[in-house]
Amino acid sequence: MLEDKNRIFQNLYNDLGSDLTSAQKRGDWKDTKEIISKGREWIINEIKSSELRGRGGAGFPTGLKWSFAPKEVGSRPHYLVINADESEPGTCKDRDILRFEPHKLIEGCLISAYAVNANVCYIYIRGEYFNEGQKLQKAIDEAYSKNLIGKNASGSNWDFDIFIHYGAGAYICGEETALLESLEGKKGQPRLKPPFPALIGLYGCPTIINNVETIAVVPTILKRGSKWFSSIGKPKNRGTKIFCISGNVNNPCNVEEEMGISLKDLIEKHAGGVIGGWENLKAVIPGGSSMPMLPKDICENLKMDFDSLVEQKSGLGTAGIVVINKDQDIIKCMARIARFYKHESCGQCTPCREGSGWMWRMLERMAKGEASREEVDMLMDVTQQIEGHTICAFGEGSAWPVQGLLRHFKKEIVKRNNFNPLVNKNNKIPYLVDQHLLEKDNAEIKS
Amino acid sequence: MSLKKISKNQPDTFEFNKQNIELANKMISNYPEGKQQSAVMSLLYIAQRQNNNWIPLASMKYIAKFLSMPYIKVYEVATFYSMYNLSPVGEFFYQVCTTTPCMLRGAYKLVDVCKKKISEDENEVSKDGKVSWMEVECLGACINAPMVQINDNYYEDLDANKLEKIIDQTIRGETPKSGSYRGRINSEPENNRKTLMDIKNA
Repeated sequence: MLEDKNRIFQNLYNDLGSDLTSAQKRGDWKDTKEIISKGREWIINEIKSSELRGRGGAGFPTGLKWSFAPKEVGSRPHYLVINADESEPGTCKDRDILRFEPHKLIEGCLISAYAVNANVCYIYIRGEYFNEGQKLQKAIDEAYSKNLIGKNASGSNWDFDIFIHYGAGAYICGEETALLESLEGKKGQPRLKPPFPALIGLYGCPTIINNVETIAVVPTILKRGSKWFSSIGKPKNRGTKIFCISGNVNNPCNVEEEMGISLKDLIEKHAGGVIGGWENLKAVIPGGSSMPMLPKDICENLKMDFDSLVEQKSGLGTAGIVVINKDQDIIKCMARIARFYKHESCGQCTPCREGSGWMWRMLERMAKGEASREEVDMLMDVTQQIEGHTICAFGEGSAWPVQGLLRHFKKEIVKRNNFNPLVNKNNKIPYLVDQHLLEKDNAEIKS
Repeated sequence: MSLKKISKNQPDTFEFNKQNIELANKMISNYPEGKQQSAVMSLLYIAQRQNNNWIPLASMKYIAKFLSMPYIKVYEVATFYSMYNLSPVGEFFYQVCTTTPCMLRGAYKLVDVCKKKISEDENEVSKDGKVSWMEVECLGACINAPMVQINDNYYEDLDANKLEKIIDQTIRGETPKSGSYRGRINSEPENNRKTLMDIKNA
């Protein structure tokens, strides 16, 4: 277990208060000027050598992302955008950072904005987090009044402004280009990449977009050194991470732990174990609803980091762990996730818009045992028609969890859905062709 | 995509009150010059707050003029995002999260309570206009599941009995206390905390 002194978010449970004075006692806003005076190169290199990977889901190296921003400001200003549109089912870590550690985030914003040459930062908070946004606004006002941000922020000769922008309940706006569209006052439909936002982003200007947690850990890494951060965790998966453990556990909670901690430790030690005991575990969704679920036998020895989970054909995602025990109907759980994606699809690409609804309806029927035997394979095919055929990663995000269900629990679905297919299938012909048209009697033109 | 019903009873005109005009101008000043369109989401929120928590078409036309952008663009935004209510809702607007993490912990029992105590159908305002409810997707408080959002506040760690009491309170016109209803502190593991104990006990 990670030692308390190595935890970055000391106020995760709000024992200490989130105001400026208590934040400063925890070391926030200490030496900010000195860090900035070491220069952009130093900051970016330090983040690179700390091996920090983005905490928003994709796990892209943060230092590398920052280095994509143009080195000099040209005719267009640079922007820093913080993604606080936390909507992935199973994830609620950013909420606690916004509520209880807002000064870590604001200080991180200043340092990273300086590193990428941005004078303005927008924090995009999901609309439902209205109270959390108000708390953050209070912290921003405090920082302005002490001149920690604003003109000549913290005495660094760098002018820096932060604005909050509220979303309005669209999951898709967590996708970075959809977020930019939404910031520009349009409906949140993702843009094609390339061009990447680092070159053409908000208002056509170079824009760096990072998750709340990524930016909030930056000041601590720079203060304690990249060596400290990279000494925690596993190679290429360094540092600490907030895990959210929800679902059928005795004590659902948020906890900061090192990367690569075993899943069993997280559930048994921190979350008080699975309801009904470890033997009652059915499956775990390891990284928010977009990541394929894993059955109990894989969970026994599972390590929670980006690369170990990719090996199991899943992913760490946002580290929102949803525990499902044997009292639940696994197909029904998946059908509800599919309904979520059907509801949240932005409607821009046909495979996703139509396919997400298709998957939901099929899964609902499968949960009731109303599907035919061959529809199980058809469902797999639908997922493959979606993934890779959409502008943004939402397509994969909706298709992968269904594939995870089929990969690990196909037997269960087939057992429940054992009807004969409506039309007997000729094996050589793909099902997508209407079979009755191929039957000899029907195919021939009768004069 | 979500279903959006536009109310049949629309007011003819809409204007921001004086205070909200100031607020709207402040919102516009958050964005670079000429990019006032970015403020459309904030302005829709302001209109929604001014108009008993729903947005009439007249206000969209007003906002379009206010930001010098086409009306259809405002309409697009208002219909795309699920938090803009395009028809009247109750004074206490219940949003019950039923996505999988909440479902696993019994969110559909809360839906049954809403059906019983508020109205059989979603989005149907009770006769006195006090309460209405709807099912929503993940509200991002999964470790405090099951939970309900009433207007701006989160009500966490609920069960059917607790929700019934909350509904009774709102029908009487009182605003219930927000937060966890099992007495737990924020997101800490209840009675099982193993980290940062020195700080807790200090």
